[in-house]
Amino acid sequence: MFRLEPRASAPLLWQVATPILAVLATMIVGGGLFAAMGFDPLAAIRTIFWDPLFGPAAGYSRPQLLVKAGPLILIASGLALGFRAGIWNIGAEGQYIIGAICGAAVALAAYPLDAFWIFPAMILAGAAGGWAWGMVPAMLRNWFGASEILVSLMLVYVAQRIAAWMAFGPMKNPEGFNFPGSRNLQQYEPASNPELIANSGLHWGGVAAILALAATWFVMSRHVLGFHIRTAGAAPRAARFAGVRPERLVALCLGVSGALAGLAGLFEVAGPAGQITESFGSGYGFTAIIVAFLGRLHPLGILLAGLLMALTYIGGELAQMMLNLPAATVQVFQGMLLFFLLGFDLLTRYRIRRRA
Amino acid sequence: MMIDPLSVFILLLGAATPILFAALGELVVERAGVLNLGVEGMMITGALAGFAAAHASGSPALGFLAAALAGAAVSMTFAALTQFLLSNQVATGLALTLFGLGLTAMFGKPYEGMKAPAMMPGPLGLNWMIWLGIALVPLVWWFLARTRPGLILRAVGENHDAAHGLGYPVRRMRVLAIGFGGALAGMGGAYISIATVLQWTEGMTAGAGWIALAIVVFAQWNPWGVLAGAWLFGGVTVLQLRLQAAGVAVPVQLLSMAPYLATIFVLVLISARQKFGRSGAGAAPASLGRPFHALK
Repeated sequence: MFRLEPRASAPLLWQVATPILAVLATMIVGGGLFAAMGFDPLAAIRTIFWDPLFGPAAGYSRPQLLVKAGPLILIASGLALGFRAGIWNIGAEGQYIIGAICGAAVALAAYPLDAFWIFPAMILAGAAGGWAWGMVPAMLRNWFGASEILVSLMLVYVAQRIAAWMAFGPMKNPEGFNFPGSRNLQQYEPASNPELIANSGLHWGGVAAILALAATWFVMSRHVLGFHIRTAGAAPRAARFAGVRPERLVALCLGVSGALAGLAGLFEVAGPAGQITESFGSGYGFTAIIVAFLGRLHPLGILLAGLLMALTYIGGELAQMMLNLPAATVQVFQGMLLFFLLGFDLLTRYRIRRRA
Repeated sequence: MMIDPLSVFILLLGAATPILFAALGELVVERAGVLNLGVEGMMITGALAGFAAAHASGSPALGFLAAALAGAAVSMTFAALTQFLLSNQVATGLALTLFGLGLTAMFGKPYEGMKAPAMMPGPLGLNWMIWLGIALVPLVWWFLARTRPGLILRAVGENHDAAHGLGYPVRRMRVLAIGFGGALAGMGGAYISIATVLQWTEGMTAGAGWIALAIVVFAQWNPWGVLAGAWLFGGVTVLQLRLQAAGVAVPVQLLSMAPYLATIFVLVLISARQKFGRSGAGAAPASLGRPFHALK
């Protein structure tokens, strides 16, 4: 038999190797699943992971990589701060939706004005909306001790219903022939978030994602706040002796991750999505949780994990078109990936020894 | 606008049943010191498996049996990861939810648009699952409070190191509890597809699993409290649906927020009571969510 011996610190080799192992295991088991469903497993894996970048239609799908990775990375970089400190914001999806609604509200209120300040004001409103939605669980935890996990998650469902209400009610496009959904911001230039470099897929959301990664890297590795966050996560009692005030950390982590998720929503509604619809929330907020873990809560890892997850989204759509694979394949892949990652993580935290 | 109290109460019992099953299961899991956030994933798995089995066999009872098995089966991935590979329980539970939602979306497509077989009516015009749910409350209470395995389960949940030191099988107890929680969550989910909505739609549990998790906190880890919480939730749901049907001048989308807001409200209320109350009663099991690793 084997026994597990806790490691004093996680070796870098295993920290890097486990996400890669998890991806490989997902491909193998996923391939088996495809085979069981009667698809050619190799063709399916190639369509999902290779063709979007190098396949025949790559010219179209490559820019989509940044379009999809942008919001994932932006949200995940904020979530990683809290996860490090043991503060679980799992309601990023709700903060994303509210950020989009607040940002769109500014644009729709200004319509059809043509002014330079509209887009910057939308950015502020988007961040503020997401921040406020994240501060609700933070304050309820600080004041009353309510679980931020459950409150932030409940608020996702509330936010989804607000989006539906907006699409059918206050934000409905008056010139939309009575169809639900707001005006399309892509057609309202002062409020739109266009591609910055043609065919790159890069819009302001991608730029914000890079800035967020740089900022979180700085905070986590160069600022005393990062030390506080890491200590609070690793040893809450020790953190108190080191002068960490848990309440402030809760407010900070939930607020910042909320604001970043709100920004992601704003850039999405002003850019690729274009409008507030009933189903505006598309699951980025939940997938970003996987991105944060897959990237080991480290900025560089999050960048790579975000790109990989974006790849599975595009590859999944491609596989749906080319091979008739079910649309939910990607979700299954993402869930499986997180399982494998959490399982393999054992290797970073424990040494496996032969029992004498 | 007329709202007849008796008919509301009957509807309430139905609306409360999925939450009652799932929350009772999760209560046992948490009393064993394990926090499984995958309730939503296990419920949706049960909703699909139960619907598929009921549709294929024409028997709702077989459907619920299949749902219990499917819920327990997916809960074993959580058990393997958290109990043997010592993974983080919050992250693993979340993974279970995401995985369950994806898996059912993938395999559920062919079942969309099909009808569920009719439920057998039970005593007083309520179906048997409603009665089973209510009967489970005293059973779970009796098991936890009055039996030896129940005592061991609670010991494991309060202090796993001491329980291990006394020679109790911490891991086995927890795996069994997780399986039981999975089975009940699966049955709760199947109640939504077989008895409430009467068909399968993607993501149909709509947060019921998360509400069940909140109900366990609200109940302060007491089975009778779970019954009260589930009924409270059922009441809010039914009232909200009645108001929709009556055509109140509030948009439908806003009315349908009520269950989620009510959940936050009771969560805050009970958390505040625990925080500011003087007695330590009703606190979470002391080892809740902490991984157990015996060095010997």
